[in-house]
Amino acid sequence: MDQFIVQVLNGLDKGSAYALIALGLTLIFGTLGVVNFAHGALFMLGAFCAVIFSRLISLSHEIVDETRTDFLGNPMTVDVPYMHDIFGPELGASIIDWAVPLAILFSIPVMIGVGFAMERGLIKHFYKRPHADQILVTFGLAIVLQEIIKAFFGANPIQTPAPEAFTGSFDFGVWLGYDPLTIMYPYWRLVYFFFAAVVIGAVFAFLQFTTFGMVVRAGMADRETVGLLGIDIDKRFTLMFAMAACVAGLAGVMYAPIVAPNYHMGMDFLVLSFVVVVVGGMGSLPGAVFAGFLLGILESFASMPAVVDLLPGINQIVIYLVAIIILLTRPRGLMGRKGVMEE
Amino acid sequence: MLGIKGKDLSVFLLVAMLALLAPFLLNPFPVDSAMAQFNAGYPDLMQRFVIFGIFAIGFNILFGLTGYLSFGHAAFLGVGSYAAIWMMKLVSLNIIPGIIMAIIFAALFSVVVGYISLRRSGIYFSILTLAFAQMSYALAYSVLTPITGGETGLQIKPGDDPLLSNLAEGEIGRANLFGLEMGDSAILRAGGWEFTMNVGYYVCALVMLVAFYLAIRIFRSPFGMMLRAVKSNQQRMNYTGLNSRPYTLAAFVISGMYAGLAGGLMVAMDTQVGPERMFWTASGEVVLMTILGGAGTLIGPVLGAGFIKYMENIVSKINSTVLHEWFAFLPDGMEDFLVTIFYPFVGKGWHLTLGLMFMAVVIFLPGGLVEGGQRIASIFRRGKKSGAGDESAKQETPAE
Amino acid sequence: MSKYNVTRRGVLRTGAGAAAGLTLPTYLRAAAHSGFTNAPTGDTVTLGFNVPQSGPYADEGADELRAYQLAVEHLNGEGDGGMLQTFSSQALEGTGILGKKVEYVTGDTQTKSDAARASARSMIEKDGAVMITGGSSSGVAVAVQALCQEAGVIFMAGLTHSNDTTGKDRKANGFRHFFNSYMSGAALAPILVDQYGADRKAYHLTADYNWGYTTEEAMASSTEALGWETVNSVKTPLTQTDFSSYIAPVLNSGADILVLNHYGGNMVNSLTNAVQFGLREAQANGKQFEIVVPLYSELMARGAGQNIAGILGSQNWDWKLENQLGERYKGTNAFVKSFGEKYGFPPSQAAHTCYVQTLLYADAVTRAGSFEPCAVVEALEGFEFDGLGNGPTLYRAEDHQCFKDVVVVRGKENPENEFDLVEIVEVTPTEQVTYAPDHPQFSGGALGSCNNGA
Repeated sequence: MDQFIVQVLNGLDKGSAYALIALGLTLIFGTLGVVNFAHGALFMLGAFCAVIFSRLISLSHEIVDETRTDFLGNPMTVDVPYMHDIFGPELGASIIDWAVPLAILFSIPVMIGVGFAMERGLIKHFYKRPHADQILVTFGLAIVLQEIIKAFFGANPIQTPAPEAFTGSFDFGVWLGYDPLTIMYPYWRLVYFFFAAVVIGAVFAFLQFTTFGMVVRAGMADRETVGLLGIDIDKRFTLMFAMAACVAGLAGVMYAPIVAPNYHMGMDFLVLSFVVVVVGGMGSLPGAVFAGFLLGILESFASMPAVVDLLPGINQIVIYLVAIIILLTRPRGLMGRKGVMEE
Repeated sequence: MLGIKGKDLSVFLLVAMLALLAPFLLNPFPVDSAMAQFNAGYPDLMQRFVIFGIFAIGFNILFGLTGYLSFGHAAFLGVGSYAAIWMMKLVSLNIIPGIIMAIIFAALFSVVVGYISLRRSGIYFSILTLAFAQMSYALAYSVLTPITGGETGLQIKPGDDPLLSNLAEGEIGRANLFGLEMGDSAILRAGGWEFTMNVGYYVCALVMLVAFYLAIRIFRSPFGMMLRAVKSNQQRMNYTGLNSRPYTLAAFVISGMYAGLAGGLMVAMDTQVGPERMFWTASGEVVLMTILGGAGTLIGPVLGAGFIKYMENIVSKINSTVLHEWFAFLPDGMEDFLVTIFYPFVGKGWHLTLGLMFMAVVIFLPGGLVEGGQRIASIFRRGKKSGAGDESAKQETPAE
Repeated sequence: MSKYNVTRRGVLRTGAGAAAGLTLPTYLRAAAHSGFTNAPTGDTVTLGFNVPQSGPYADEGADELRAYQLAVEHLNGEGDGGMLQTFSSQALEGTGILGKKVEYVTGDTQTKSDAARASARSMIEKDGAVMITGGSSSGVAVAVQALCQEAGVIFMAGLTHSNDTTGKDRKANGFRHFFNSYMSGAALAPILVDQYGADRKAYHLTADYNWGYTTEEAMASSTEALGWETVNSVKTPLTQTDFSSYIAPVLNSGADILVLNHYGGNMVNSLTNAVQFGLREAQANGKQFEIVVPLYSELMARGAGQNIAGILGSQNWDWKLENQLGERYKGTNAFVKSFGEKYGFPPSQAAHTCYVQTLLYADAVTRAGSFEPCAVVEALEGFEFDGLGNGPTLYRAEDHQCFKDVVVVRGKENPENEFDLVEIVEVTPTEQVTYAPDHPQFSGGALGSCNNGA
């Protein structure tokens, strides 16, 4: 039982990431009808917002420390962050420590800007083009974005630690009456789960309770009719795209301390998030979120030693196997709408 | 001639000419000139052009005609490769049995995958095929290591002694066609030029021409018409009382067999298989090749395959030393400046150029590379009235 | 003609083409043993540097390429000569190889065996490379090694740690300077027992592919021989990025040691996750919980950041060796100096092994007096040398594996900069890591005979 709880918890944070990415992807799918292969790259850009922001606030100037020497025997230069100069060493250090949460504020305008530029500059012209063309252009864009990041940050993962206050783990086991150390869960993952819940809730509330959201939901259900009613759906779609980019970016920023960002992390998530969206059902936002958590938790269960011993290799394929079973039993995924992306 | 006529015949003859003269056409620069870097007429790359051409032609039979976008076709290529290498390790170093087994195994696997996946359409179909391919990749990499060799893959080893081949003790077998080894080449030198005519390449080229011919026949047959009907309106087709599933399944299996053939040829040319041949990026690559060249056109996928493989093999090898050589005639400051400008786009930055080219093609040539060719042709044909030529080219593409 | 920068093919052309303008085609049989593949005929010789330039190991590949460029400079007599002065064999004089100026071509392996072979074949078929070297994974090394055997050129492996490269997939034309899984196990086990005690229970997380298998086998068997118990071992998918579901059950399993048989991004992520789950601070079986990473690399250490503090692992070489352990590791400082002055930071072990491999090849050619692969193989087999940074080293004839000391390192608690992340704990002497050529972990392979190609 305790191991069961452990894996549910692990599935939750994995599922949070899947759900957040799939949410944005299905928004773009459902409202704009665009197959966005650059969505993984947006997640990656979000994670790099955290990297860039923490680099920005730890910008330093060099002073030469004569007492120490570097590997070639020359006097060593030591970096002193400007933050230390401005706020004093202590406050400066804690601002740098809190770089990742602060990067949220930095990433929102950046990602909205990126989303806006992408939609206006590129995606807009592809609404009426075949899906194949959309795939090619967004895949090309994803490669370009990746390569730009690689050119500046290299291919190696870059550690972006969570603030000191959130390192370490919370002992769930004691809380539930088990022995200490049976169910450990890192604080930051808890933060990530609650953060994801808030973002998902905000997106749903926005779509449910605003006029804008109503139009968008109507557009997802029947785009043509909404257009015929004289509503300028395209303008709203730009905002929708920027919002989806922003959700992917936020998912990335907060994910940076969990898995060190590297330039190809977007591609790693891309295929999985497509599977999540489709399993959830095309055009269904609750479906995407539900499928995200479901696949996250199943993936965690499949990696339990007892399960792997029983079925070797199941941890490698569980997501795809489940996807096949669900799609064969439920033709449009868990909560899909008829006629969306079936052509 | 041969049951094809008119435009199809001229396209076929054009492809045949290009394939047979490739060693000359792809080596336009003298070997010791600075431009020799762009020569692509060496056996490995020519073989890859043709093999991926076959793969893309087959993919296009499914995607171009029926509109079903498979995202797992690399799995059939991989299965074909594994079948072929086992034939070579166990039965014969002659490439024929290997290639036949590759096609058979790919066909069997695609029947299974196709039968299940074709129960759904649109993106649901794409994800089903993707799921099968990813499972094949993951299992081949890990638990199936005893059969697939895992990460290090399978090669022909000194200990392998195929039943039908007489090998000396410790000799490593080489792929051959009735004694003619795939690695053999005839080298023709003329002036500063050097042309390599490789046995393996011509074997591949002939197979590709047969495959291309069959594809034309399929495109123009009643069966092909039926597949097009599936693409334009499957529902209406079903209402007329026709069951479209057998047709789409047949198309799926045929394109799976093309993939298996490509996989078998890959092993015949270079006796090695690794599981990453089945990774989703490999499936994505053939999708990109087809769209880039022009989905639904006959020659487009071949052009797309050539384009991507050229970028991968030629542009990735241009390093800063080569750049410095190119611009050596310029004053130092100029030289460094130009090298700095070009450097991010070549060598390790070849992916960046590839991504930019994808975007450029799809933005400026909505019908893929084929449309580029049509535009150029129409400029020649109509002289000043090239604007009108563009129009007709655009209209032609979807009909192809 | 002397005005031009003559390449090998240029001379071929002049020689053949001058007489007739158009000569008859030459028919080359791949198996015919007349001469050897890509015999250099002009006054230059071309080497092929095949390294990952895209994909997850691109940074490692970039460092390998830096080392190759440095090696070429030194061979051609430019720069300060680096290890040429300290190398025990003084055959190389900085006049190229056998008087021929060294040129090179580069390619991108993408860390995929197909792409690596395509790139290597283009070097052999198009550029006339007489030796291929590089790579950052065992899958690629095995694939390219088999290709070189077939084509009749020499392969000098770059970073490849799996036993298979010189075990079941060994080839006569292929040589490995880097150490392997078995050596990591043999070197680490005594030091682990020394540091953490003999009564320990280990839990293995293993990357689910060949290298992972050989490393797990080596680590488990050598630690079990010294009294440790292996509680469990779980395979993790190569494509995994979040290892939380594999890490979480560890504390509960009764184990007090976690062995991470992971490399590259896998290792960075699994280690980061393990630290997040508080494994470093945990107590198990009344002992401090410990984590072990069998194969360390500087780039991974940089990727893992402060998470590697205090964690033991093994390395092929470290740039601080000579400073800390003295004269035995002669050559280290010479290399670090020329690399550091050229690029501004110390070299990684990948850079070191690639640099050394290039020098060893050049030296073997010089001693053999020929570029002919079989002559080079003969010169390298059983070759004993010193002064290349690892102390006295043997290139064993039976499997073409180098035998030398293995460095056991620990992640620094307070690194001074991003290049000084590990401290040397101890060096395990060669005798302890030497094994018989037919050791079970290496069985099932045969070198075959060397191949000169066409």
